[in-house]
Amino acid sequence: MSLRSNPVASLNDDIGPNIRLELYRLQVEIRDCEKRAYDLFLQNMIKGTSHLSLGQEAIAAGFGVAMKKGDKSFCTYRGHAHTLARGVPMEAMLGELMLRDIGLMRGKGGSMHLTSVEHGVMGSYAIIGAHLPIACGSAWRAQYLGEKDVSVCFFGDGTTNIGAFHEALNFAVIWKLPVVFVCENNLYMEYTLNADVTAVPSPAGDRASAYGLPKIVIDGNDADVVYRTAMAAIEKARNGEGPSLIECLTYRHSGHSRADPGKYRPPGELERWLEKDPLKIYKQRLAEFNVDAAQVAAIEVESKRKVEVATELCKASPSAPVELLTADVYADGGWAWRN
Amino acid sequence: MAELSYRDAVIRGISQEMRRDKNVVFLGEDIGAAGGVFKATVGLFEEFGPLRVRDTPISEQAILGAAMGAAMTGLRPIAEIMFSDFIAVCFDYIANEMPKIAYMTNGQVKCPLVIRTGNGAGVRFGAQHSQSVENWTMMIPGLKVVAPSSPVDVIGLMAAAIRDNNPVIFHEHKALYATKGEVPDGEIIDTLGTAKILRAGTDCTILALALMVPRALEAAEILAREHGINAEVVDVRSLVPLDTQTILGSVAKTGRLFTVEENPRLLGWGAEIASIVADEGFWDLDGPIVRITTPHIPLPAADHLEDLALPNAARIVDKIRRVMNG
Repeated sequence: MSLRSNPVASLNDDIGPNIRLELYRLQVEIRDCEKRAYDLFLQNMIKGTSHLSLGQEAIAAGFGVAMKKGDKSFCTYRGHAHTLARGVPMEAMLGELMLRDIGLMRGKGGSMHLTSVEHGVMGSYAIIGAHLPIACGSAWRAQYLGEKDVSVCFFGDGTTNIGAFHEALNFAVIWKLPVVFVCENNLYMEYTLNADVTAVPSPAGDRASAYGLPKIVIDGNDADVVYRTAMAAIEKARNGEGPSLIECLTYRHSGHSRADPGKYRPPGELERWLEKDPLKIYKQRLAEFNVDAAQVAAIEVESKRKVEVATELCKASPSAPVELLTADVYADGGWAWRN
Repeated sequence: MAELSYRDAVIRGISQEMRRDKNVVFLGEDIGAAGGVFKATVGLFEEFGPLRVRDTPISEQAILGAAMGAAMTGLRPIAEIMFSDFIAVCFDYIANEMPKIAYMTNGQVKCPLVIRTGNGAGVRFGAQHSQSVENWTMMIPGLKVVAPSSPVDVIGLMAAAIRDNNPVIFHEHKALYATKGEVPDGEIIDTLGTAKILRAGTDCTILALALMVPRALEAAEILAREHGINAEVVDVRSLVPLDTQTILGSVAKTGRLFTVEENPRLLGWGAEIASIVADEGFWDLDGPIVRITTPHIPLPAADHLEDLALPNAARIVDKIRRVMNG
């Protein structure tokens, strides 16, 4: 590895080239996959709604790499990135957005409910704040059974103003649960500037002290920073030292959802944040650390190829059989409510 | 065989299952060290310890959310919502989360849990602590809903609910906690989705639930003794799944159907059953289906007004007698 040629960088390198390449790979693949999702919308190949994480890739990548197999992710309707970051194949994610049989839930859930239990993705929840208490419950199970997994719960800045956020934080602290709460502060709660409707400047960070937690506000566009913070919080949880609340500053490059062109943003804001694009930052970082440029280029080529393959697989996939309409309403697989 | 109160039956049902399965855990407000505000959980904290019987803050969303997260990942939690009126505070979990997770995930996730809640009137608590809200939960696909009327049913249905792999709403009736009944020794396990014919009769069928069951039975005795009407009384017990076969069978025998419902009038559980019987048992009917319910009002605290609101034996007798005698 070419790091040897840069002694200063290698001395300070606590992350190392292999993990850096993995952080970059995830960010590139999420970016390419989200862009493809957007294109497929424009082609009317994806129905319903969708909430992209363009610009927020570093958070999903940083946590995705820091989490171990068996750790649990609890996501929101903006959950494509976090689902991919746990190793879910692109075609299963895109296929669910396209509501095809190949999708993670064979089209029964759609883009807002991505779930893959085998990858530890315990659901994507579309009612704001609902999954924070649910993540507490998963963490309680681990604590009660002596299992060593950590539950990580992702949510947006708007979530910090709903009751379930506060109930969950109090709960997690009093029971010292192995859960990590990750606020992706992209400045806007749907179409409204979060600062206009929130009592404190840091929507998550400034609430932490109310629950006896340290204020942690980080650059959510720098995957190294996210990764280091995630490792520390996950280790703390795994060691039985209780929960963390982490606010990651970031920005979504697209609107809130498919229907939103983001016209409420002041001129120049998007451009300023594009300068801080997590992929741009990270590619530069790799160069600073003299990570093999050929490997970096190979990741970019391979990502594009994977997106193409996944897209074709999804397009070729049929819709799910109509029998699914009434399947799995109850745990016996059926829907019978009477005899 | 021993006489047991409905309250003690709750304790026995929970402890029977907690002894059997270490994955059964219990959480709620004041359930542990305090033994429950209705004293229906006394002794559980002492027997099973603070890690399995966990007192919570006043955080209904956190209680149900945590129960759900634990259920999804391997435990079988029992969550108490102290008064069923408080379901409104945490309705997201009951309406949007628990009943839909299996369906939305194409069966990847299951949610085996029980929500126990003190339902119903008769104890002068006023409009926000007295409602019969079983229909709030009956209307949501993916939930199961039971409301036992006797101690033995409390134990058996509690055990069945805890062993079931779905979210089950378990409505305990506040005004029944002090009532007593004979309970056999040993393990008791019942079946969800089964109604019980408590009094056989030939002239009409009376369907009742929870507190309305003893009142329907009392009315049936008066109807037989004073009016020559031999009523069959069916305890519905389980709203979802609904034992329509027992109900339709009873109507086929008697030709007349009355429901006795504590819930306010609109969209009470009896309306759904009336619709089913009208569809599938119409040619067995000798007269209109009649629903006897609480009027469509909030409940007052004053004892004489609350008594006036709920169906009682006298009102049931009067209604049935007048309808039957045309």
